[in-house]
Amino acid sequence: MKATVLIRPKEGILDPQGEAVGEALRTLGFAVTSARVGRLVDVELETDDPAEAETALAAMSRDLLANPMIESFTIEIGDDA
Amino acid sequence: MSDGPRIAVVTFPGSNDDGDATLALELLGAAPVRVWHAETALPEGTAGVVLPGGFSYGDYLRCGAIARFAPVMEAVSAFARAGGPVLGICNGFQILCEAGLLPGVLRQNRQQQFICADVTITVESTASAFAGTWKVGQELVIPIKHGEGNWYGDADLLAPLEARGQIAFRYADDVNGAVGRIAGVTNEAGNVLGLMPHPEHAVDPLLGPTGGVAVLEGLLDAARVSVAH
Repeated sequence: MKATVLIRPKEGILDPQGEAVGEALRTLGFAVTSARVGRLVDVELETDDPAEAETALAAMSRDLLANPMIESFTIEIGDDA
Repeated sequence: MSDGPRIAVVTFPGSNDDGDATLALELLGAAPVRVWHAETALPEGTAGVVLPGGFSYGDYLRCGAIARFAPVMEAVSAFARAGGPVLGICNGFQILCEAGLLPGVLRQNRQQQFICADVTITVESTASAFAGTWKVGQELVIPIKHGEGNWYGDADLLAPLEARGQIAFRYADDVNGAVGRIAGVTNEAGNVLGLMPHPEHAVDPLLGPTGGVAVLEGLLDAARVSVAH
């Protein structure tokens, strides 16, 4: 089954990339007060069991995809993900 | 071949300061041995390990995040747990942080720029196995060259590090936004050291500053003790 992991810089954590993007958007004339840049990982799993997928995705997010010290992650499971 | 301490210099795909690290260690009288990341054991008689600078796995995901799972890292972790001295330089520092062998994490530089410059760092603590000849307040000029050298740890992490003397080096000036101007940290046991500046590029007066000698000599001192035990 398909899944998507969204990784974001934690709230309050400096995000120089987001700041640069926000500044660029303001330069273009967009009324933007803030921008934060994260990462998206599309994963295709062998299993069709949502619970099993959820467990595996949480583990892979903690172990590799995100660094919990500075990043949070959310998992979306299913073909719409 | 030198009869100095045998130092394993690990090469990951994308490492690019492994050669300079090897040359610098040879210059200082060590017997460096190159080790490929796919090895599952360190060479016999290894007395110290260097994880060199570079861009392992293209810095994909986060710097060091993928290299920490390289086969050789289990052997490096076991070596560190047994008290063997491990030095991580730049990308090597990032790998050690991702592997949980050192505290904190290296973020993108605050100014969003890759910085390449000679910087002054100050010895903050002599609590580690590397610091036999270091003096608190001693200044070392060593080049940095990194885009993600902005060390971060929250207040709960930082306070005990400061109290235990795990902050090895600070930048004299704020160069990248690192919390507390931290340039290098050690683990609690004091046998694992990581720093963003490149001591292996600062050992020959012909090529500029020589602040790296004290850092690498620190590794050699720790390695000699590690062999003696």
